[in-house]
Amino acid sequence: MGAAPIEKVSIIVSKGSFDGIYPALIMANGARMDGIEASLFFTFFGLDAVNKARNEHVKVASVGNPGLHIATWLGGVPGMSAMVTHKLAKRMEELDFPSIPEFLELIHDSGAGLYACKASVDMFELTKADFIDEIDDIITVGEFYEQAAGGQIIFT
Amino acid sequence: MSTQTIAGAEVELNDEGFFVHPEQWNEAVGAVIAREAGIDPMTDRHWQVVRYMRSQYLETGSAPSIRTLGKASGVPVKELYQLFPKGPAKLAAKIAGIPKPRGCI
Repeated sequence: MGAAPIEKVSIIVSKGSFDGIYPALIMANGARMDGIEASLFFTFFGLDAVNKARNEHVKVASVGNPGLHIATWLGGVPGMSAMVTHKLAKRMEELDFPSIPEFLELIHDSGAGLYACKASVDMFELTKADFIDEIDDIITVGEFYEQAAGGQIIFT
Repeated sequence: MSTQTIAGAEVELNDEGFFVHPEQWNEAVGAVIAREAGIDPMTDRHWQVVRYMRSQYLETGSAPSIRTLGKASGVPVKELYQLFPKGPAKLAAKIAGIPKPRGCI
């Protein structure tokens, strides 16, 4: 309170894990819920969040993830990543958090812009057809800065 | 916190303008709050959202998420944001005379 309210945020999603993607989606949706202008910019592995073939299969990393508090060898057991993801997703569904595809639709319908990073799209040899319909455009870093003008940039 | 007289009713609002006692609310009060918040006129679609919010709050003790609002109020998400551009859940809660929604979704 007191300080000037935030009016616009541009959130960059650079990671392709479950826990790498959700916080950015929650922040973008939360911004819109408060009447704050928001856009999401997906780059590098963050593109998996908007890749039609992949965004239903995003996983929590069970190897090299100390936050899970399980033994390193256990994290590498086949199916562990899927199981951990399933547990977390189930709990989130109970708390009324949508799946990633549904969340992106919700965020898009709330008026936020969704953009894919051109450099990453070229690097992974993807085209607009690989992405969900909610992707507004594939843009360059320069275009990202143009559209982020006057707001806060958040890198995740 | 302040006590105000709105549309002839005495209501207690918190610092952000949310009702402290939801039972002090009626639709005439809601209409005045909506107008002060820049929603003029309150259409049937606005009322549909506000009434749904209020009934959900009275039933469950908390305001619905934007996701539930979009799925169950009969007003889709896109339209919710057109009706309440400054944030549908919070503004509708204010007009509906219920506490500020505290969910992250």
